Amino acid sequence: MWTELTATPLFGVTLTLVAYMLAQVLYKRLGSVWANPVLVSIASIILVLKLGDIEYRNYAHGGDLILFLLGPSVVALAVPLYQRRLQLWKRKLPILVGIFAGALASILSACGLAWILGGSREVVLSLAPKSVTTPIAISIVEKIGGVPPLTAALVVMTGCIGAVCGPEFCRMIGVTSPVASGLAVGTAAHGIGTARMLEVDRLAGAVAGLAIGLNGLMTTFLLPILMSVTQF
Amino acid sequence: MIRGFALLLLFQLCGEFISRGLDLSIPGNVLGMGLLLLALMSNLVEIKWLVEASELLLSHLALFFVPAGVGVMVYSDLIAREWLPITVATVVSTFVVMAVTGKLAQRLETQEHDDVD
Repeated sequence: MWTELTATPLFGVTLTLVAYMLAQVLYKRLGSVWANPVLVSIASIILVLKLGDIEYRNYAHGGDLILFLLGPSVVALAVPLYQRRLQLWKRKLPILVGIFAGALASILSACGLAWILGGSREVVLSLAPKSVTTPIAISIVEKIGGVPPLTAALVVMTGCIGAVCGPEFCRMIGVTSPVASGLAVGTAAHGIGTARMLEVDRLAGAVAGLAIGLNGLMTTFLLPILMSVTQF
Repeated sequence: MIRGFALLLLFQLCGEFISRGLDLSIPGNVLGMGLLLLALMSNLVEIKWLVEASELLLSHLALFFVPAGVGVMVYSDLIAREWLPITVATVVSTFVVMAVTGKLAQRLETQEHDDVD
């Protein structure tokens, strides 16, 4: 009966919401960036599934319902963009140049480091779109010949690193303007980073949302060019 | 609220339709965001119809990534096999991108401001 119950969408949705709610309480209590609610909920759900010997595809019946909301949420990012369009239009040059440089730096540093450390061709290629939002990253990797499931995992890892360390790292290196820090975290850590920036500052969050789409576009065009130049 | 959700889904559906129809590598939801922005700017859609629904979704954006993250557990063997290049490249590169984008954008931003002043 237990196995049957865990295969219902009710189980996955309940587990995710309870884990997220508890993770938020913990985050507020501890006040530490390492207790990032996304990171803590992911870890605790994996732990529950392992301990309860529950298969991921059973959990996914409910998980997919929550994941579905990501689609309209990405569309909803048009609202903060529209509300701040005048502020953003005034800064179009730093925004476009910043995201382009970030997209290039992401591909070169991720692939370069993995290649130097002896990563296989599959891993190096799967790392290329790690800073791009999941749906775009998957379609890029399918085209260039990486491993799409590995890319999905790397994208989430990257997002968590950016969300946990992003705002503090920006402050540490002297990036203090909301536009520049929003761009930095949005370009590096896509939607998960954007979620964190929306908590920090609404303008930073709007810019980060813009960076998700533009970094996706730029990486899509940059990668095939870089691959033919380096003959990788 | 319902009007807002209906509009968001409608624009996502339009984006999805274009993405699949033209076989683009840009996903439907990102195209949907672009289309909605155009619709707002050309006054086809009023911002007040969307504020409530979009605020609700965006204030819980982080939650929607949790199931995708749990999916990592399925590929733990693959990650364990090449953990060193994977971990180093992912962590270091994320900081590199934030430094490059943040520093460059801030410099250009202050330059533009200086020009105006």
